[in-house]
Amino acid sequence: MEKVKCECGHINPHGTILCEACGKILDEKMNQNELLDMRYEGSARRSQTYNKTIIDKVWNFFSSVKVGVTLIVVTLIASIIGTVLPQEGNLSIQIPVNQYYEERYGWFGKIYYTLGFHDLYGSWWYLLLIASIGVSLVICSLDRVIPLYKALKNQKVTRNSGFLKRQRLYSEKQIDNTVGDIEIVKERLTKKRYNVMEENGNLLAEKGRFSRWGPYINHIGLIIFLIGAMLRFAPGFYVNEALWIKEGDTLAIPGTNKEYYLTNHQFILELYDESDGEVYKEALNQKGGVVKNYQSNITLYKAEESLPGEKPKLHKLEDYQIQVNKPLKFDQYAIYQSSYRLNEIAKMTFSLTDKESGQTFGDITIDLTNPEENYDLGNGYHVELMSYFPDFQIVDGEPSTKSSKPVNPAFAFKMVTPDKPQGEVSFAAIQQTIEPMGENKYKMTFKSVDTVNYSGLTVRKDLTLPIIALGGVIFLIGVAQGSFWYHRRIWLKQENGVILLAGHTNKNWYGFAKEIETIVHGTKIPVPVDQTLLKEKKAMEGQGGKSVG
Amino acid sequence: MVELSGNLLFAAFVFYLVAILFFGGAIRQKKGLEGSPYQNKPVRSGKIAMTLTILGFISQLGYFITRWIAAGHAPVSNMFEFITFFSIMMVGAFIIIYSIYRSTVLGLFTLPIVLIIIAYGSMFTKDVTPLIPALQSYWLPIHVMTTAAGQAILSISFIAGLIYLIKTIDASAPPKKQFFLEMILYCINAVIGFIMIKLVFSIMNYQAVFEWVDKEGNTSTLKYTLPAILGPNEWNLLTAGRMEPILEMPAILEAQKFNTVIWSFIAGTVLYILIRLITRKKAARLFHPFVKKINADFLDEISYRSVLIGFPVFTLGGLVFAMIWAQIAWTRFWAWDPKEVWALITWLFYAAFLHLRLSKGWHGEKSAWLAVIGFGIIMFNLVFVNLIIAGLHAYV
Ligand code: HEM
Repeated sequence: MEKVKCECGHINPHGTILCEACGKILDEKMNQNELLDMRYEGSARRSQTYNKTIIDKVWNFFSSVKVGVTLIVVTLIASIIGTVLPQEGNLSIQIPVNQYYEERYGWFGKIYYTLGFHDLYGSWWYLLLIASIGVSLVICSLDRVIPLYKALKNQKVTRNSGFLKRQRLYSEKQIDNTVGDIEIVKERLTKKRYNVMEENGNLLAEKGRFSRWGPYINHIGLIIFLIGAMLRFAPGFYVNEALWIKEGDTLAIPGTNKEYYLTNHQFILELYDESDGEVYKEALNQKGGVVKNYQSNITLYKAEESLPGEKPKLHKLEDYQIQVNKPLKFDQYAIYQSSYRLNEIAKMTFSLTDKESGQTFGDITIDLTNPEENYDLGNGYHVELMSYFPDFQIVDGEPSTKSSKPVNPAFAFKMVTPDKPQGEVSFAAIQQTIEPMGENKYKMTFKSVDTVNYSGLTVRKDLTLPIIALGGVIFLIGVAQGSFWYHRRIWLKQENGVILLAGHTNKNWYGFAKEIETIVHGTKIPVPVDQTLLKEKKAMEGQGGKSVG
Repeated sequence: MVELSGNLLFAAFVFYLVAILFFGGAIRQKKGLEGSPYQNKPVRSGKIAMTLTILGFISQLGYFITRWIAAGHAPVSNMFEFITFFSIMMVGAFIIIYSIYRSTVLGLFTLPIVLIIIAYGSMFTKDVTPLIPALQSYWLPIHVMTTAAGQAILSISFIAGLIYLIKTIDASAPPKKQFFLEMILYCINAVIGFIMIKLVFSIMNYQAVFEWVDKEGNTSTLKYTLPAILGPNEWNLLTAGRMEPILEMPAILEAQKFNTVIWSFIAGTVLYILIRLITRKKAARLFHPFVKKINADFLDEISYRSVLIGFPVFTLGGLVFAMIWAQIAWTRFWAWDPKEVWALITWLFYAAFLHLRLSKGWHGEKSAWLAVIGFGIIMFNLVFVNLIIAGLHAYV
């Protein structure tokens, strides 16, 4: 594309509106405006220059801030909808999800479910919205940052007078002998940390240019964050496993390829009580039991390489007390205390008893997680465990189990004794015994139960965290840069005994105008006037209305 | 210690109350106010007002420190503590913005809102609560305090925006705008109404116990401290001589909370109508004399500047620290929990605000309306998400 040469000699890229060096208006249309649109310094932005191919059109679509803001607002509204009812992922329910929403929230729940709002944040269209924001961010930033960089780098001290006159803050005045005043102004500018440049008696004072890069840096941070969040779906980056482990057990930690093992010695649940101090008394009386601590005391092991089927050799790595807010960390993994089950039935003991005499012939203890089939009591007595129902119920006359948790265990025993070599069958559940084959001589008397606590642990590995953290830090640096500092420029030009003074800032005009006022205070150099206010005033007076301010 | 802490909070309340009078005086006296930098020196009563404000702030800090010592953990773990801390941060934010812009009008409007917030917070139980395991972390103070600071600074933009609207929307403005401005003031009335009703009935020691049936079909009892307009599901009034509910709420909604909301609106409406009848003016016009002299552009800039300062602070506390802590306490940095989503919504909203301002030139009035909406979102997150949505949600 052909470049544009300005009368000051600078060669600008095609599409430039204001000369990068002297600010002269290159685009005729702008000449009619009273004030210049100073955003991006009138530099040549791709989106404003080309609109022919499909690529141009896509580029222009995503580089529009209108589109960007629309995407943000749509995402915002969608997010609100997702908080109206609980999300599927945050529920812990037994019944099917669709049934749940309808039963609990009626017709509204049904619609909510049907439209897919129960899993809104995992839905393809929500992810698409976020992805579009990401694309928009990248294109939008690229479209602006490079031309802006060039324009700010190439700017000259001496500006075209038309450029100065069309600045928002501007004034001009005929003065002779300006030398002393200009010296004062220069000194004050330096004191206010302006970078003052001089050329043929003209001044450019500039401060905080680096803040202009703030938005682009924060957008880069966001992009890195989004990339990090996406990487989670790449294999090997993310492990999220639940580990239910009983007290006393040693199990391989899921997600670690059996490289690590863990023993759970004890699960502890503590409540607050009087010993925690007088101050909590009121609150504890009001609320009742408040949990003070959830804790699993564990030992971590590393397994030596072993052949399949062989029991691995374990090397103890460390003892640790996992608490909420104090996960166990090792290698790239972290193990969290996230749940528990108390007093679950682990073992049940029964005695083989003669119903009539009450004489017993020995006890059997059934380990519910690992029930054996045969229990030999010696002297020709033995008990066979025919079947086991952890959560017993009768459906259509048939015994079955509701779940695999030992909530309501029931057993079918075959009792073999010297006088009944064929064996008698007895069906024993808590509180009831059924003798399906007719009246028995013997029975299994329930004797005792051993309970055990389970720790519910979460095993997590997330290699995306450093990337996400990096994105967050860059984002924060970028926003701080763009929010706490401002880019301010003051131009002073002397032309045929007239002093032209113009100012531009990217934000906070009121404060900037006040700052210039203090800088020129007491000198002959005129205080610049906010031309937008002048225009407004004129318009108001033209209508015969009263003035503002 | 807890008592001392309560007294310090009360002292702060009084300091602020008196400070408001002096801020009012400062505006009367000042001529050519907020004009050129040379005239923008606060008059004496403005200085007194600011001194009182700072004394109140110190007193509130005293409340915070003593309560921290007494409780053994940062006092930001229940509604009373959080709202009170938010009010401290709001005064802090005002002091910072004041140090930049020296606007006494801002104080005249900020402090009454702060008083309302302190009073509102005091309606919740003031018991020192022990921390559940999920909250036992030094990230609790870091995260909550930074978030509250960010929200408080953003709230200053609401105050400046509100003053802007009161100043610029006059009797000749389109009725729709006047209506929405009245709406804002009406909402503030509803909060005052809530506080008054709560106070009246707690002085009367009103209690009504209901038996009701929850969504699982279990029967339990519920204690109302306000007369029940909305009764719980299948209610049965156990206390003799108490008002019977007019309407029954379904089991999935928390009848008692909705009842409180209804009362607040009734009281707010009565209050608002009284004001209109007595003064025979729109509420916004009542404040108009105080804002006449202040420059609209100046207000616009205060509002924008507050967003610029508040946004990074809020991002740091409400998103970054929140994520770090969630990763430690809940195993993942983001769980799409309603509270988190509302923090995201707040953040997206202010991001949109900044873009509209920078690129679409939404200055002045548009920007002021946005500042009001933003504050609405913050309050929604503070009040409704905590009290109502989280109530439906199985919170850890
Ligand atoms: C949630 C996502 C986003 C966040 C948090 C964000 C954040 C920001 C912030 C804080 C600023 C600086 C504003 C100021 O200083 O007043 C900014 C500027 C900007 N953003 Fe974004 N942004 C986001 C998305 C987008 C998108 C999708 C676009 C694309 C259309 C975009 C385009 C811009 C532009 C053009 C600027 C102004 C740059 C300048 O004038 O120098 N942003 N952004």
